[in-house]
Amino acid sequence: MGTKKTSLYQLHQDCNAKFVEFAGYHMPIQYSEGIVEEHKFTRNHSGIFDVSHMGQLFIYGGEELIKDLEKIFPLDLKNLKLNHSKYSFLMDKDAGIQDDLIITKIDEGFLIILNAACKDNDFKILKELLKEKYKMVLDENRSLIAIQGPKSSQILNELVDGVKDLNFMSGNCFLFDNQKVYITRSGYTGEDGFEISILNNYADKLTRELINKGSKLAGLGARDTLRLEAGLCLYGHDLDKDKTPVEANLKWAISKERISKGDFIGSDIIIKQLNDGVTKIRVGIKPEGRIIAREKTKIFNQSDVHIGEITSGTFGPSVNGPVAMGYVENEFSKKNTKVFLEVRGKKYAANICSLPFYKKSYVKGVNQ
Amino acid sequence: MSEVKYSKEHEWIKLEGDVATIGITKHATEMLGDIVFAELPEKGSNVEKDGTAGVVESTKAASDVYTPVSGEVVDTNQEIVDDPSKINQDPENSAWFFKLKIKDKSEMDSLMNKDDYDKFAKENNT
Repeated sequence: MGTKKTSLYQLHQDCNAKFVEFAGYHMPIQYSEGIVEEHKFTRNHSGIFDVSHMGQLFIYGGEELIKDLEKIFPLDLKNLKLNHSKYSFLMDKDAGIQDDLIITKIDEGFLIILNAACKDNDFKILKELLKEKYKMVLDENRSLIAIQGPKSSQILNELVDGVKDLNFMSGNCFLFDNQKVYITRSGYTGEDGFEISILNNYADKLTRELINKGSKLAGLGARDTLRLEAGLCLYGHDLDKDKTPVEANLKWAISKERISKGDFIGSDIIIKQLNDGVTKIRVGIKPEGRIIAREKTKIFNQSDVHIGEITSGTFGPSVNGPVAMGYVENEFSKKNTKVFLEVRGKKYAANICSLPFYKKSYVKGVNQ
Repeated sequence: MSEVKYSKEHEWIKLEGDVATIGITKHATEMLGDIVFAELPEKGSNVEKDGTAGVVESTKAASDVYTPVSGEVVDTNQEIVDDPSKINQDPENSAWFFKLKIKDKSEMDSLMNKDDYDKFAKENNT
Protein backbone atom coordinates (compact mmCIF):
# COMPACT_ATOMS: atom_id res chain seq x y z
CA MET A 1 0.00 0.00 0.00
CA GLY A 2 1.42 3.34 -1.03
CA THR A 3 1.59 6.52 0.97
CA LYS A 4 -1.84 8.13 1.19
CA LYS A 5 -2.76 11.68 0.29
CA THR A 6 -5.38 13.81 2.02
CA SER A 7 -8.04 15.79 0.14
CA LEU A 8 -5.95 18.92 0.60
CA TYR A 9 -2.87 17.48 -1.13
CA GLN A 10 -3.28 19.69 -4.21
CA LEU A 11 -3.79 22.76 -2.04
CA HIS A 12 -0.67 21.93 -0.03
CA GLN A 13 1.27 21.70 -3.28
CA ASP A 14 -0.19 25.00 -4.51
CA CYS A 15 1.04 26.57 -1.26
CA ASN A 16 4.59 25.18 -1.72
CA ALA A 17 4.40 22.69 1.12
CA LYS A 18 7.41 20.61 2.04
CA PHE A 19 6.08 17.11 2.54
CA VAL A 20 7.08 14.40 4.94
CA GLU A 21 5.69 10.92 5.32
CA PHE A 22 3.80 10.74 8.59
CA ALA A 23 1.85 7.67 9.69
CA GLY A 24 1.52 6.54 6.09
CA TYR A 25 0.40 9.91 4.71
CA HIS A 26 2.07 12.59 2.66
CA MET A 27 1.73 15.49 5.09
CA PRO A 28 2.95 19.09 4.92
CA ILE A 29 5.67 19.74 7.50
CA GLN A 30 5.78 23.42 6.56
CA TYR A 31 4.96 25.88 3.78
CA SER A 32 7.12 28.61 2.24
CA GLU A 33 7.02 30.96 5.25
CA GLY A 34 8.46 28.35 7.59
CA ILE A 35 7.62 26.86 10.97
CA VAL A 36 8.37 29.92 13.10
CA GLU A 37 6.17 32.25 11.02
CA GLU A 38 3.37 29.69 10.83
CA HIS A 39 3.57 29.19 14.58
CA LYS A 40 3.46 32.93 15.32
CA PHE A 41 0.66 33.56 12.83
CA THR A 42 -1.41 30.87 14.54
CA ARG A 43 -0.79 32.42 17.97
CA ASN A 44 -1.52 35.97 16.79
CA HIS A 45 -4.07 35.43 14.05
CA SER A 46 -5.31 32.14 12.63
CA GLY A 47 -3.66 28.99 11.27
CA ILE A 48 -5.24 26.11 9.36
CA PHE A 49 -4.01 22.55 9.91
CA ASP A 50 -4.87 19.57 7.76
CA VAL A 51 -5.36 16.80 10.29
CA SER A 52 -7.28 14.53 7.93
CA HIS A 53 -4.81 11.74 8.60
CA MET A 54 -6.31 11.39 12.07
CA GLY A 55 -8.97 8.76 12.57
CA GLN A 56 -12.63 9.71 12.77
CA LEU A 57 -14.29 6.74 14.36
CA PHE A 58 -18.07 6.72 14.58
CA ILE A 59 -19.62 4.17 16.93
CA TYR A 60 -23.38 3.93 16.75
CA GLY A 61 -25.46 2.92 19.74
CA GLY A 62 -27.48 4.02 22.77
CA GLU A 63 -27.59 3.23 26.49
CA GLU A 64 -25.85 -0.11 26.18
CA LEU A 65 -23.00 1.39 24.17
CA ILE A 66 -22.47 3.96 26.93
CA LYS A 67 -22.18 1.16 29.49
CA ASP A 68 -19.79 -0.79 27.29
CA LEU A 69 -17.61 2.25 26.56
CA GLU A 70 -17.39 3.01 30.27
CA LYS A 71 -15.72 -0.38 30.69
CA ILE A 72 -13.03 0.90 28.31
CA PHE A 73 -12.62 4.63 28.96
CA PRO A 74 -12.18 6.20 32.43
CA LEU A 75 -14.95 8.69 31.69
CA ASP A 76 -18.36 9.47 33.10
CA LEU A 77 -19.98 8.97 29.70
CA LYS A 78 -23.53 8.60 30.97
CA ASN A 79 -23.37 12.22 32.12
CA LEU A 80 -21.61 13.48 29.00
CA LYS A 81 -24.05 15.86 27.36
CA LEU A 82 -24.94 15.68 23.70
CA ASN A 83 -22.26 17.39 21.57
CA HIS A 84 -19.81 17.64 24.44
CA SER A 85 -16.26 16.30 24.18
CA LYS A 86 -13.73 14.81 26.58
CA TYR A 87 -10.03 14.05 26.29
CA SER A 88 -9.27 10.44 27.16
CA PHE A 89 -7.08 7.43 26.35
CA LEU A 90 -7.30 3.82 25.34
CA MET A 91 -5.43 1.75 27.92
CA ASP A 92 -4.32 -1.85 28.14
CA LYS A 93 -4.91 -3.93 31.29
CA ASP A 94 -1.71 -2.53 32.84
CA ALA A 95 -3.01 1.01 32.20
CA GLY A 96 -0.39 1.49 29.48
CA ILE A 97 -1.58 4.10 26.99
CA GLN A 98 -2.33 2.67 23.53
CA ASP A 99 -3.62 5.99 22.22
CA ASP A 100 -4.92 9.33 23.42
CA LEU A 101 -8.11 10.64 21.90
CA ILE A 102 -11.07 13.01 21.99
CA ILE A 103 -14.50 11.47 22.39
CA THR A 104 -17.67 13.41 21.58
CA LYS A 105 -21.27 12.42 22.27
CA ILE A 106 -23.25 12.75 19.07
CA ASP A 107 -26.89 12.03 18.25
CA GLU A 108 -26.41 8.47 17.08
CA GLY A 109 -23.58 7.47 19.41
CA PHE A 110 -20.00 8.69 19.73
CA LEU A 111 -17.35 10.22 17.53
CA ILE A 112 -13.77 9.43 18.58
CA ILE A 113 -10.80 11.28 17.07
CA LEU A 114 -7.74 9.00 17.05
CA ASN A 115 -4.08 9.45 16.24
CA ALA A 116 -3.20 8.58 12.66
CA ALA A 117 -0.50 6.08 13.55
CA CYS A 118 -2.78 4.27 16.03
CA LYS A 119 -6.17 4.40 14.35
CA ASP A 120 -6.19 1.01 12.64
CA ASN A 121 -4.97 -0.76 15.76
CA ASP A 122 -7.44 1.18 17.93
CA PHE A 123 -10.24 0.11 15.62
CA LYS A 124 -9.23 -3.54 16.00
CA ILE A 125 -8.96 -3.28 19.78
CA LEU A 126 -12.29 -1.51 20.18
CA LYS A 127 -14.06 -3.89 17.82
CA GLU A 128 -12.87 -6.81 19.91
CA LEU A 129 -13.70 -5.15 23.21
CA LEU A 130 -17.17 -4.21 22.00
CA LYS A 131 -17.63 -7.75 20.65
CA GLU A 132 -18.85 -6.40 17.31
CA LYS A 133 -22.15 -5.43 18.94
CA TYR A 134 -22.19 -1.96 17.39
CA LYS A 135 -21.78 -0.47 13.96
CA MET A 136 -18.31 1.11 13.86
CA VAL A 137 -17.03 3.24 10.99
CA LEU A 138 -13.48 4.55 10.71
CA ASP A 139 -14.59 7.13 8.21
CA GLU A 140 -12.18 7.67 5.30
CA ASN A 141 -14.70 9.83 3.45
CA ARG A 142 -14.31 12.74 5.81
CA SER A 143 -11.47 15.20 6.16
CA LEU A 144 -10.59 16.95 9.40
CA ILE A 145 -9.53 20.57 9.22
CA ALA A 146 -8.40 22.47 12.32
CA ILE A 147 -8.45 26.26 12.45
CA GLN A 148 -6.62 27.64 15.46
CA GLY A 149 -5.80 31.03 16.90
CA PRO A 150 -7.55 34.15 18.18
CA LYS A 151 -9.06 35.22 14.82
CA SER A 152 -10.37 31.74 13.98
CA SER A 153 -13.80 32.22 15.53
CA GLN A 154 -14.50 35.37 13.52
CA ILE A 155 -13.13 33.89 10.27
CA LEU A 156 -14.95 30.56 10.48
CA ASN A 157 -18.16 32.25 11.57
CA GLU A 158 -18.19 34.24 8.31
CA LEU A 159 -18.46 30.92 6.44
CA VAL A 160 -20.42 28.88 8.98
CA ASP A 161 -22.82 31.06 10.90
CA GLY A 162 -23.18 30.20 14.58
CA VAL A 163 -19.84 28.53 15.32
CA LYS A 164 -18.75 31.51 17.40
CA ASP A 165 -21.38 30.54 20.01
CA LEU A 166 -19.88 27.09 20.65
CA ASN A 167 -18.19 26.58 24.02
CA PHE A 168 -14.76 25.00 24.36
CA MET A 169 -14.91 21.19 24.08
CA SER A 170 -18.37 21.15 22.57
CA GLY A 171 -19.64 20.83 19.03
CA ASN A 172 -22.61 20.73 16.70
CA CYS A 173 -23.78 20.12 13.14
CA PHE A 174 -23.62 23.12 10.82
CA LEU A 175 -24.06 23.76 7.13
CA PHE A 176 -21.29 24.71 4.73
CA ASP A 177 -22.20 24.93 1.05
CA ASN A 178 -25.43 23.11 1.92
CA GLN A 179 -23.42 20.20 3.27
CA LYS A 180 -23.62 18.98 6.84
CA VAL A 181 -20.36 19.52 8.69
CA TYR A 182 -19.62 18.63 12.29
CA ILE A 183 -17.62 21.28 14.12
CA THR A 184 -16.17 21.16 17.61
CA ARG A 185 -14.50 24.02 19.46
CA SER A 186 -11.24 22.29 20.21
CA GLY A 187 -7.73 21.80 18.99
CA TYR A 188 -4.22 20.99 20.03
CA THR A 189 -2.29 24.23 19.90
CA GLY A 190 -3.19 25.95 23.16
CA GLU A 191 -5.29 28.44 21.23
CA ASP A 192 -8.99 28.93 20.80
CA GLY A 193 -10.06 27.12 17.68
CA PHE A 194 -12.20 24.58 15.88
CA GLU A 195 -11.97 21.19 14.24
CA ILE A 196 -14.19 20.69 11.22
CA SER A 197 -15.21 17.24 10.08
CA ILE A 198 -16.27 17.58 6.44
CA LEU A 199 -16.80 15.30 3.44
CA ASN A 200 -13.58 14.97 1.44
CA ASN A 201 -15.09 16.60 -1.69
CA TYR A 202 -15.73 19.86 0.17
CA ALA A 203 -12.54 20.10 2.24
CA ASP A 204 -10.51 21.89 -0.42
CA LYS A 205 -13.23 24.49 -1.02
CA LEU A 206 -13.71 25.18 2.69
CA THR A 207 -9.98 25.56 3.28
CA ARG A 208 -9.48 27.89 0.30
CA GLU A 209 -12.33 30.06 1.58
CA LEU A 210 -10.77 30.18 5.04
CA ILE A 211 -7.53 31.31 3.40
CA ASN A 212 -9.43 33.98 1.46
CA LYS A 213 -10.81 35.25 4.77
CA GLY A 214 -7.27 35.76 6.09
CA SER A 215 -6.29 32.47 7.72
CA LYS A 216 -3.10 30.71 6.58
CA LEU A 217 -2.04 27.10 6.28
CA ALA A 218 0.38 25.84 8.94
CA GLY A 219 2.18 22.50 8.81
CA LEU A 220 2.92 19.67 11.19
CA GLY A 221 6.13 21.44 12.24
CA ALA A 222 4.22 24.39 13.67
CA ARG A 223 1.62 22.05 15.13
CA ASP A 224 4.41 20.38 17.08
CA THR A 225 5.96 23.58 18.46
CA LEU A 226 2.48 24.92 19.33
CA ARG A 227 1.35 21.80 21.18
CA LEU A 228 4.63 21.51 23.05
CA GLU A 229 4.45 25.13 24.23
CA ALA A 230 0.89 24.37 25.33
CA GLY A 231 2.18 21.38 27.34
CA LEU A 232 0.16 18.88 25.32
CA CYS A 233 1.36 15.32 24.77
CA LEU A 234 2.24 13.70 21.47
CA TYR A 235 1.50 10.01 21.25
CA GLY A 236 4.52 7.84 20.43
CA HIS A 237 6.76 10.36 22.18
CA ASP A 238 5.32 11.66 25.45
CA LEU A 239 2.82 8.82 25.70
CA ASP A 240 3.14 5.14 24.89
CA LYS A 241 2.33 1.66 26.19
CA ASP A 242 5.03 1.91 28.87
CA LYS A 243 3.40 4.95 30.45
CA THR A 244 0.15 5.25 32.38
CA PRO A 245 -2.13 8.30 32.54
CA VAL A 246 -1.04 8.87 36.16
CA GLU A 247 2.63 8.82 35.18
CA ALA A 248 1.80 11.10 32.25
CA ASN A 249 0.33 13.58 34.74
CA LEU A 250 -3.06 13.29 33.05
CA LYS A 251 -5.06 12.23 36.07
CA TRP A 252 -7.26 15.30 35.59
CA ALA A 253 -8.72 13.47 32.59
CA ILE A 254 -9.84 10.47 34.67
CA SER A 255 -13.33 10.74 36.12
CA LYS A 256 -13.30 10.66 39.95
CA GLU A 257 -16.64 8.94 39.95
CA ARG A 258 -15.28 6.18 37.74
CA ILE A 259 -12.20 5.73 39.93
CA SER A 260 -14.41 5.13 42.95
CA LYS A 261 -16.10 2.31 41.04
CA GLY A 262 -12.88 1.07 39.40
CA ASP A 263 -14.49 -1.01 36.69
CA PHE A 264 -12.62 0.01 33.55
CA ILE A 265 -9.63 -1.55 31.80
CA GLY A 266 -6.47 -0.65 33.71
CA SER A 267 -8.38 0.66 36.74
CA ASP A 268 -6.47 -1.58 39.20
CA ILE A 269 -3.16 0.01 38.24
CA ILE A 270 -4.62 3.52 38.08
CA ILE A 271 -6.10 3.24 41.57
CA LYS A 272 -2.88 1.73 42.93
CA GLN A 273 -0.80 4.55 41.43
CA LEU A 274 -3.19 7.22 42.69
CA ASN A 275 -2.94 5.78 46.20
CA ASP A 276 0.72 4.80 46.35
CA GLY A 277 2.21 7.35 43.97
CA VAL A 278 4.35 6.69 40.91
CA THR A 279 8.10 6.30 40.47
CA LYS A 280 8.32 8.45 37.32
CA ILE A 281 6.18 11.37 36.18
CA ARG A 282 5.89 13.71 33.21
CA VAL A 283 7.15 17.25 33.82
CA GLY A 284 7.94 20.42 31.90
CA ILE A 285 11.64 21.19 31.53
CA LYS A 286 13.14 24.55 30.68
CA PRO A 287 16.83 24.67 29.72
CA GLU A 288 18.59 27.71 31.20
CA GLY A 289 20.40 28.69 28.02
CA ARG A 290 19.52 28.32 24.37
CA ILE A 291 20.43 24.64 24.15
CA ILE A 292 17.70 22.44 22.70
CA ALA A 293 17.25 19.05 24.37
CA ARG A 294 15.57 16.65 21.97
CA GLU A 295 13.70 13.42 22.56
CA LYS A 296 15.86 10.74 24.31
CA THR A 297 18.14 13.34 25.96
CA LYS A 298 19.21 11.98 29.35
CA ILE A 299 18.31 13.94 32.48
CA PHE A 300 20.61 13.98 35.53
CA ASN A 301 20.20 15.34 39.06
CA GLN A 302 22.71 17.60 40.82
CA SER A 303 24.68 14.55 42.00
CA ASP A 304 25.06 13.42 38.38
CA VAL A 305 22.65 10.49 38.78
CA HIS A 306 20.54 9.59 35.74
CA ILE A 307 16.93 10.39 36.73
CA GLY A 308 14.99 10.48 33.48
CA GLU A 309 14.66 11.26 29.81
CA ILE A 310 13.27 13.95 27.55
CA THR A 311 10.31 12.81 25.42
CA SER A 312 9.75 16.02 23.40
CA GLY A 313 12.00 19.01 23.01
CA THR A 314 12.22 21.90 20.60
CA PHE A 315 12.55 25.65 20.32
CA GLY A 316 9.35 27.45 21.28
CA PRO A 317 8.87 30.45 19.00
CA SER A 318 6.39 32.20 21.34
CA VAL A 319 8.44 31.43 24.45
CA ASN A 320 11.48 32.49 22.39
CA GLY A 321 13.58 29.75 23.90
CA PRO A 322 13.94 26.02 24.24
CA VAL A 323 11.14 23.99 25.81
CA ALA A 324 10.90 20.30 26.65
CA MET A 325 8.86 17.64 28.39
CA GLY A 326 10.08 14.40 29.85
CA TYR A 327 9.79 11.87 32.61
CA VAL A 328 11.82 12.11 35.80
CA GLU A 329 11.89 10.15 39.03
CA ASN A 330 9.08 11.43 41.19
CA GLU A 331 11.30 13.00 43.89
CA PHE A 332 12.84 15.33 41.29
CA SER A 333 9.53 16.44 39.79
CA LYS A 334 8.95 19.54 41.93
CA LYS A 335 8.83 22.88 40.20
CA ASN A 336 12.20 24.71 40.13
CA THR A 337 14.23 21.54 40.75
CA LYS A 338 17.56 21.97 39.01
CA VAL A 339 18.49 19.19 36.61
CA PHE A 340 21.11 18.65 33.92
CA LEU A 341 20.56 17.62 30.33
CA GLU A 342 23.21 15.73 28.41
CA VAL A 343 23.43 17.12 24.89
CA ARG A 344 26.26 16.03 22.58
CA GLY A 345 28.32 14.81 25.54
CA LYS A 346 28.03 17.99 27.64
CA LYS A 347 25.70 18.67 30.53
CA TYR A 348 23.52 21.78 30.53
CA ALA A 349 21.49 23.20 33.42
CA ALA A 350 17.71 23.18 33.23
CA ASN A 351 14.77 23.57 35.60
CA ILE A 352 11.64 21.54 36.15
CA CYS A 353 8.72 23.85 35.46
CA SER A 354 4.96 23.81 35.38
CA LEU A 355 3.08 23.37 32.12
CA PRO A 356 2.03 24.97 29.87
CA PHE A 357 5.00 27.05 28.74
CA TYR A 358 2.56 29.27 26.93
CA LYS A 359 -0.70 30.37 28.55
CA LYS A 360 -3.88 29.14 26.93
CA SER A 361 -6.64 31.36 25.73
CA TYR A 362 -9.55 28.96 25.38
CA VAL A 363 -13.11 30.18 25.34
CA LYS A 364 -14.66 29.43 28.75
CA GLY A 365 -13.48 26.76 31.18
CA VAL A 366 -12.12 23.37 30.32
CA ASN A 367 -14.40 21.68 32.83
CA GLN A 368 -18.04 22.08 32.09
CA MET B 1 40.05 38.73 -5.16
CA SER B 2 39.63 35.58 -3.20
CA GLU B 3 37.55 32.75 -4.53
CA VAL B 4 34.77 31.17 -2.47
CA LYS B 5 34.77 27.37 -2.44
CA TYR B 6 32.14 24.89 -1.31
CA SER B 7 32.02 21.49 0.38
CA LYS B 8 29.68 18.56 -0.10
CA GLU B 9 28.49 19.15 3.47
CA HIS B 10 27.16 22.55 2.32
CA GLU B 11 29.76 24.83 3.87
CA TRP B 12 31.33 27.76 2.06
CA ILE B 13 34.91 28.86 2.64
CA LYS B 14 36.62 32.06 1.67
CA LEU B 15 40.40 32.28 1.93
CA GLU B 16 42.20 35.60 2.52
CA GLY B 17 45.92 35.15 3.09
CA ASP B 18 46.10 32.16 5.42
CA VAL B 19 42.82 32.94 7.18
CA ALA B 20 39.68 31.17 5.98
CA THR B 21 36.14 32.32 6.80
CA ILE B 22 33.61 29.48 6.92
CA GLY B 23 29.84 29.39 6.99
CA ILE B 24 26.90 27.35 5.69
CA THR B 25 25.35 27.85 2.27
CA LYS B 26 22.00 29.39 1.42
CA HIS B 27 20.99 26.00 0.06
CA ALA B 28 21.75 24.46 3.47
CA THR B 29 19.61 27.04 5.27
CA GLU B 30 16.74 26.38 2.89
CA MET B 31 16.91 22.68 3.65
CA LEU B 32 17.16 23.25 7.41
CA GLY B 33 14.35 25.77 7.73
CA ASP B 34 14.28 28.30 10.57
CA ILE B 35 17.54 28.07 12.48
CA VAL B 36 16.98 28.61 16.19
CA PHE B 37 20.29 27.53 17.71
CA ALA B 38 23.95 27.72 16.74
CA GLU B 39 27.02 26.38 18.51
CA LEU B 40 30.51 27.33 17.36
CA PRO B 41 33.98 25.90 18.03
CA GLU B 42 36.04 27.47 20.80
CA LYS B 43 38.49 30.17 19.90
CA GLY B 44 42.02 28.81 20.04
CA SER B 45 40.94 25.22 19.43
CA ASN B 46 42.15 23.18 16.49
CA VAL B 47 39.75 21.58 14.04
CA GLU B 48 40.47 18.88 11.49
CA LYS B 49 39.31 18.75 7.89
CA ASP B 50 35.86 17.11 7.65
CA GLY B 51 35.55 17.07 11.44
CA THR B 52 32.65 18.56 13.41
CA ALA B 53 33.12 22.24 14.16
CA GLY B 54 29.71 23.34 15.33
CA VAL B 55 26.01 22.62 15.38
CA VAL B 56 22.94 24.31 13.98
CA GLU B 57 19.44 23.42 15.00
CA SER B 58 16.14 24.17 13.35
CA THR B 59 12.82 23.72 15.13
CA LYS B 60 12.86 20.21 13.63
CA ALA B 61 16.36 18.80 14.17
CA ALA B 62 20.03 19.30 14.95
CA SER B 63 22.72 19.18 12.24
CA ASP B 64 26.47 19.17 12.59
CA VAL B 65 28.57 21.82 10.91
CA TYR B 66 31.80 20.43 9.47
CA THR B 67 34.97 22.25 8.65
CA PRO B 68 36.15 21.73 5.06
CA VAL B 69 39.80 22.42 6.01
CA SER B 70 42.04 22.01 9.08
CA GLY B 71 43.27 24.90 11.20
CA GLU B 72 43.21 26.90 14.41
CA VAL B 73 40.02 28.79 15.26
CA VAL B 74 41.01 32.45 15.41
CA ASP B 75 37.54 34.04 15.53
CA THR B 76 33.87 33.07 15.90
CA ASN B 77 30.71 34.98 15.08
CA GLN B 78 28.91 35.58 18.39
CA GLU B 79 26.12 37.46 16.57
CA ILE B 80 24.69 34.25 15.11
CA VAL B 81 24.78 32.57 18.52
CA ASP B 82 22.80 35.46 20.03
CA ASP B 83 20.37 35.62 17.10
CA PRO B 84 20.45 32.41 15.04
CA SER B 85 17.77 33.73 12.66
CA LYS B 86 20.54 35.84 11.09
CA ILE B 87 21.85 32.63 9.53
CA ASN B 88 18.65 32.31 7.49
CA GLN B 89 18.76 35.97 6.54
CA ASP B 90 22.32 36.30 5.27
CA PRO B 91 24.05 32.90 5.33
CA GLU B 92 26.82 33.52 2.83
CA ASN B 93 27.91 36.90 4.11
CA SER B 94 27.39 38.47 7.55
CA ALA B 95 26.29 35.18 9.16
CA TRP B 96 29.69 33.49 8.84
CA PHE B 97 30.46 30.89 11.53
CA PHE B 98 34.18 30.89 12.29
CA LYS B 99 37.60 31.88 10.96
CA LEU B 100 40.54 29.50 10.76
CA LYS B 101 44.22 30.03 10.43
CA ILE B 102 44.75 27.22 7.99
CA LYS B 103 47.66 24.84 7.89
CA ASP B 104 47.58 23.38 4.43
CA LYS B 105 46.23 25.38 1.50
CA SER B 106 46.19 22.27 -0.66
CA GLU B 107 43.16 21.07 1.35
CA MET B 108 41.22 23.68 -0.63
CA ASP B 109 41.93 21.90 -3.91
CA SER B 110 39.33 19.17 -3.51
CA LEU B 111 36.53 21.66 -2.81
CA MET B 112 33.99 22.80 -5.42
CA ASN B 113 33.70 26.13 -7.16
CA LYS B 114 30.32 27.93 -7.27
CA ASP B 115 29.09 26.37 -10.52
CA ASP B 116 29.97 22.85 -9.44
CA TYR B 117 28.40 23.38 -6.03
CA ASP B 118 25.16 24.77 -7.48
CA LYS B 119 24.94 21.71 -9.69
CA PHE B 120 25.74 19.42 -6.75
CA ALA B 121 23.12 21.13 -4.55
CA LYS B 122 20.48 20.77 -7.25
CA GLU B 123 21.19 17.06 -7.61
CA ASN B 124 21.28 16.45 -3.85
CA ASN B 125 18.17 18.30 -2.88
CA THR B 126 17.46 16.40 0.30
